[in-house]
Amino acid sequence: MDFISILSVFVLACFVGYYVVWSVTPALHTPLMSVTNAISSVIIVGALIAGASAGEAHSSWLGLGAVVLASINIFGGFAVTARMLAMYKKKDRTGGSPEGKGK
Amino acid sequence: MEHAVIPPWALIAYLVSGVLFILALRGLSSPATSRAGNRFGMAGMTIAVLTTLLTQAPIPEGSFLPSPTSEELVTLVKILVAIGLGGIIGITIARKIAMTAMPQLVAAFHSLVGLAAVLVGWAAYLNPEAFGILGADGMIDPVSRVEMGLGIAIGAITFSGSVIAFAKLNGTMSGAAILLPARHVINLGVISAIVVLTAWFTQDEGLAVIGAITLLAFIVGFLLIIPIGGADMPVVVSMLNSYSGWAAAAMGFTLHNTAMIITGALVGSSGAILSYIMCKAMNRSFISVIAGGFGTEAGGAEEGERIDRPWKRGSAEDAAFLLKEAEQVIIIPGYGMAVAQAQHVLREMADLLREEGVRVKFAIHPVAGRMPGHMNVLLAEADVPYDEVFELEDINGEFAQTDVAFIIGANDVVNPAAKTDKSSPIYGMPVFDVDKAKTIMFLKRSMSGVGYAGVDNEVFYMDQTMMLLADAKKMVEEIIKAM
Repeated sequence: MDFISILSVFVLACFVGYYVVWSVTPALHTPLMSVTNAISSVIIVGALIAGASAGEAHSSWLGLGAVVLASINIFGGFAVTARMLAMYKKKDRTGGSPEGKGK
Repeated sequence: MEHAVIPPWALIAYLVSGVLFILALRGLSSPATSRAGNRFGMAGMTIAVLTTLLTQAPIPEGSFLPSPTSEELVTLVKILVAIGLGGIIGITIARKIAMTAMPQLVAAFHSLVGLAAVLVGWAAYLNPEAFGILGADGMIDPVSRVEMGLGIAIGAITFSGSVIAFAKLNGTMSGAAILLPARHVINLGVISAIVVLTAWFTQDEGLAVIGAITLLAFIVGFLLIIPIGGADMPVVVSMLNSYSGWAAAAMGFTLHNTAMIITGALVGSSGAILSYIMCKAMNRSFISVIAGGFGTEAGGAEEGERIDRPWKRGSAEDAAFLLKEAEQVIIIPGYGMAVAQAQHVLREMADLLREEGVRVKFAIHPVAGRMPGHMNVLLAEADVPYDEVFELEDINGEFAQTDVAFIIGANDVVNPAAKTDKSSPIYGMPVFDVDKAKTIMFLKRSMSGVGYAGVDNEVFYMDQTMMLLADAKKMVEEIIKAM
């Protein structure tokens, strides 16, 4: 891919991000941060390429180090997001009247 | 290994993983779809990782399966060990972390993305051939050098900035704004130096240049965050979130990888929007937050006047009586609730009130707590259903029909000075109209502490205000006992 097509993907993705993120409910802003954190660890792709590369030992060790860091983020980020999202529940109370007391 | 050319199926796979990441964020538009969204995210990540691993093993001609050499198998094992090690650490942290500690956890995670970006950038610099960015002249392609320099710089800023944010949020370091003399000049100077060095890097791919960029960027991240005080942390955490995205995007440019570019753009804009929302909720410009030092100038100036004014102190029994008699109670939690870990007892109190036939609602200000949505997560943890939690603009009209506004650990977000006093540092910030409620209960540790912004709060001295001075959790427990 040439630079212009990559730039196009990037610019369009910024717009997609803009509209998608505005639709996120403020109640979920903390999970939004933790899940964006997890997905930004897609940088692991670069880490894997470096880790798998032959010929330059420093480069592959740096890559392996980055794989560890990014994996902490990926597993930790998705797990903690799942833990948070599991807590968001709708009202299913039996006791108490949500409409308040009558006149 | 030759993999300068990425096979077409892999390009499509990366695109699919990018689309899955978009769906992951889309799912967060409502709590009902959010869990599916998180799974889309995991699927996207799995596809990206597997695709990368598969393209690293060359497929011999006439075969559809890679037949790795023993050396390549050793490499694969090393990689799997690295992933496993990271996975174990990550999952352990995710399981053990207390919900009140989410802001510092997110900051810590941001720092890891930043550091990973720096390491990947350096790996690409040392072995450009593996990344397919070696030009015909045996030098790194100049465009790639700029992308690499930017990726490393943004990654390094994210790393050191997040480490400071973590230390402040975790209490390892004082949350107060630390002001260096001439800090704006220093910051601008160092940032300009990074820009100049990045431009120079296109002419000279020497180790010293890239080393200097990395070092200076680490320093900038540090300098940028130390002058920013505790309550501005929601903006800082969002901003660092954004940076971690831009770092990933810059690396995506270097690697020509769609998954990384799409994700980087998504995360970058997400963090930027959150920073914008937080700034707007405080009526402050992004520049003034980043310039730092907020809340250190005004502190204590009005101390003398404040102490002399009369205010009423209530007891847990008084509070319990009034709450039970109410038709509608609105609870406004703030950072103090998180510090006191009072969310569970608060929910208990709300349940008891509901049994008495009282309508109970929770109202959350966008900047309550130390990160966007912080209070919502804590209430969710305490089993408060999300449809009983309201945003500022949705509930602000209801205070006139409310018997008790119950403020727990919040202060500036209910300060009417934001509406009336043009000289106040928080003037223009949208606040809850608690002064319209029949009774205001203000839970506070003591009368001595003013809000973060260092301004006095008129609400303390209003006729209908009852000050409940104690640790938030203890006071709520006593109110429950008295009911």
